[in-house]
Amino acid sequence: MSDDSMQTLEVHTQSEYKYGWSTLLDMDTFPKGLSEETVRAISLKKEEPEWLLEWRLKAYRHWLTMKEPDWANVHYPPINYQDIIYFAAPKKKLNSIDEADPELLRMFDKLGVPLEERKILAGVAVDAVVDSVSVTTTFKKELSTLGIIFSSFSEAVKEHPELVKKYLGSVVPYTDNFFATLNSAVFSDGSFCYIPAGVRCPMELSTYFRINAANTGQFERTLIVAEKGSYVSYLEGCTAPMRDENQLHAAVVEIIALDEAFVKYSTVQNWYPGDKEGRGGIYNFVTKRGICAGYKSKISWTQVETGSAITWKYPSVILKGDESVGEFYSVAVTNNRQQADTGTKMLHVGKNTKSTIISKGISAGYSNNSYRGLVKIGKRADGAQNFSQCDSLLMGDKCGAHTFPYLEVDNPNARVEHEATTSKIGEDQLFYCKQRGLSEEDAINMIVNGYCKEVFNELPMEFAVEAQKLLAISLEGSVG
Amino acid sequence: MTNNLIKIKEMKPLLQISDLHVSIAGNSILNGLNLTVNQGEVHAIMGPNGSGKSTLANVIAGREEYKIESGSIQYKGRDLFSMEVDERSLEGIFLAFQYPVEIPGVSNSNFLKSTINVHRVHRGLSELNALEMLKYVRSKMSSLEMDPDLLKRSLNDGFSGGEKKRNEILQMLLLEPSLAILDETDSGLDIDALRIVADGVNQLRSTDRSFIVVTHYQRLLAYIVPDFVHVLSNGKIVATGDKSLALKLEEEGYDWIKESPAVPA
Repeated sequence: MSDDSMQTLEVHTQSEYKYGWSTLLDMDTFPKGLSEETVRAISLKKEEPEWLLEWRLKAYRHWLTMKEPDWANVHYPPINYQDIIYFAAPKKKLNSIDEADPELLRMFDKLGVPLEERKILAGVAVDAVVDSVSVTTTFKKELSTLGIIFSSFSEAVKEHPELVKKYLGSVVPYTDNFFATLNSAVFSDGSFCYIPAGVRCPMELSTYFRINAANTGQFERTLIVAEKGSYVSYLEGCTAPMRDENQLHAAVVEIIALDEAFVKYSTVQNWYPGDKEGRGGIYNFVTKRGICAGYKSKISWTQVETGSAITWKYPSVILKGDESVGEFYSVAVTNNRQQADTGTKMLHVGKNTKSTIISKGISAGYSNNSYRGLVKIGKRADGAQNFSQCDSLLMGDKCGAHTFPYLEVDNPNARVEHEATTSKIGEDQLFYCKQRGLSEEDAINMIVNGYCKEVFNELPMEFAVEAQKLLAISLEGSVG
Repeated sequence: MTNNLIKIKEMKPLLQISDLHVSIAGNSILNGLNLTVNQGEVHAIMGPNGSGKSTLANVIAGREEYKIESGSIQYKGRDLFSMEVDERSLEGIFLAFQYPVEIPGVSNSNFLKSTINVHRVHRGLSELNALEMLKYVRSKMSSLEMDPDLLKRSLNDGFSGGEKKRNEILQMLLLEPSLAILDETDSGLDIDALRIVADGVNQLRSTDRSFIVVTHYQRLLAYIVPDFVHVLSNGKIVATGDKSLALKLEEEGYDWIKESPAVPA
């Protein structure tokens, strides 16, 4: 798209999406299209070992035999996988952040994610991923004194191949599903995180994903390994420029929690949602899964999904270790023509495993918002417990809210509870707030934030504030 | 004589309702209602169920379900119907709800803080900080014998009937309205709570503040002594008197009004 039309587009939609601008960076870009050659070229570009190339190729060949899933409650024209650029990276390789393209630094400053460590408030280490590559990771040295590895995926492949080889694909195998398999073939970068036994990571680790280039797919991969008795809180944020065409984002996140480890993974997803008429926006087709491999391990997913034209995402937990705990807290907001089909899978394998699902869907405009969740209690899972609560809030009468809870219980000693509500934003509540002097917009924000509070409470403080603001922007003008 | 003259001079109409006709879903509820409330006056509106008492309260506050068929309301010399609900509030109209609304997840303290500050800003005052706010709210709460823990809970969520009503009066005290409308605030209150609520209202009574007290029973009016009592029947005021009218209604019920619609207002 030309700069002119880009600007016009921005003017039209600026008030709704704050991150819709793009930055002119000196880029290294592959031609469009996907073949074995593309896969080999990516691997070569990244100077990968043979085993990883083989793994990619197996995934690619398997992908050729697969069909795109059509069971989700979302609708979009067929994706032409030959019309996508599979690799785009800012050209300059960095030894330190001081060498970075000033445009790149400005871009992250504008996003509110300063990368120069002196500017960063203590407490959050950032891995910044632009298009296909990680551009920098902050606080690496400080973390390494504790034995924590926090780096780009590519770097981890080079420096810790044994760890990557051991865990890559161990939770989401390359055969898992259409989009995860595609990712396995062409993934470009992402974050790698390893917390050694007994270490409590002293700061939030965070990956900030930014799609900048046009016509480019983003296929990042995140791998988090938490050894026995360790703890880490991980944050993920994402934005993209406004463009007329849809862009595919097919990521994979794998988490491994060993005995008594606790991994908390929080996402604020704010990819460009498309314009009011549903033109453009990101297709966010993501596979996120964690395994509570060890005794008393715990994985907690918290997601605030406000962006993307289409979201197809089910962060899940395999509760393998006895007494392990899985949690899923979700707020999914759709406005205008957005579609979301999101939820979780809690797979109880071990004894006395416990899972909690709190899902809050908010639909406005002409959007469609579905919760889809599976709770599966295996034969061996004596004493397993699940509690699910799925609430839907409708704003206006042109939008849709749907709930698809699936339950498979193969153990008579399990306890499963499910609650679901659907409500319209209360006219009574709005009137009450306005009668006390609050504007309609402030009233809606207050009510909706109250509705989401259980989930926001799970977010780290700075993120919770961000999420509240984001919610307000996403719902601007949704009740007229 | 002198006293009367002074009184006449002081009378400033705050709210003037003229020939108001209101319907909801095609059913007419108010049929030519006239009412003038001057500054400093307390008006009680009584009447049988379905006579239009709550409709009147909600129309003044600006509830949208009601259709204004004809007539007008002037408030502080302005056309009330041209004002949005929040603007009416900021200009001093307060409705104590018959059924206070629950808002889960919104803490009472946060709600009070937001509403107090939006009113302060409207009046050209600075916002109160958290500490000042707490002090201000706590002082009013203690006068209503409210448990301070109610601040931490979600707004009205799981409050008992009495707690909800006291929370309404609390908001009235905090926002210091020009015109407070109490919509059956007494219903569901025991006698102690009734007294506390009435004390709250009496604290606020002043020459520049007016009240419309909508009630089904006389008992609240023993504590909040009204200047005028109006009887509403079929969407019209059919009788007006002083507090003795309320006692008469208590003793004789509403039947005598229905039978003799010609009582001068």
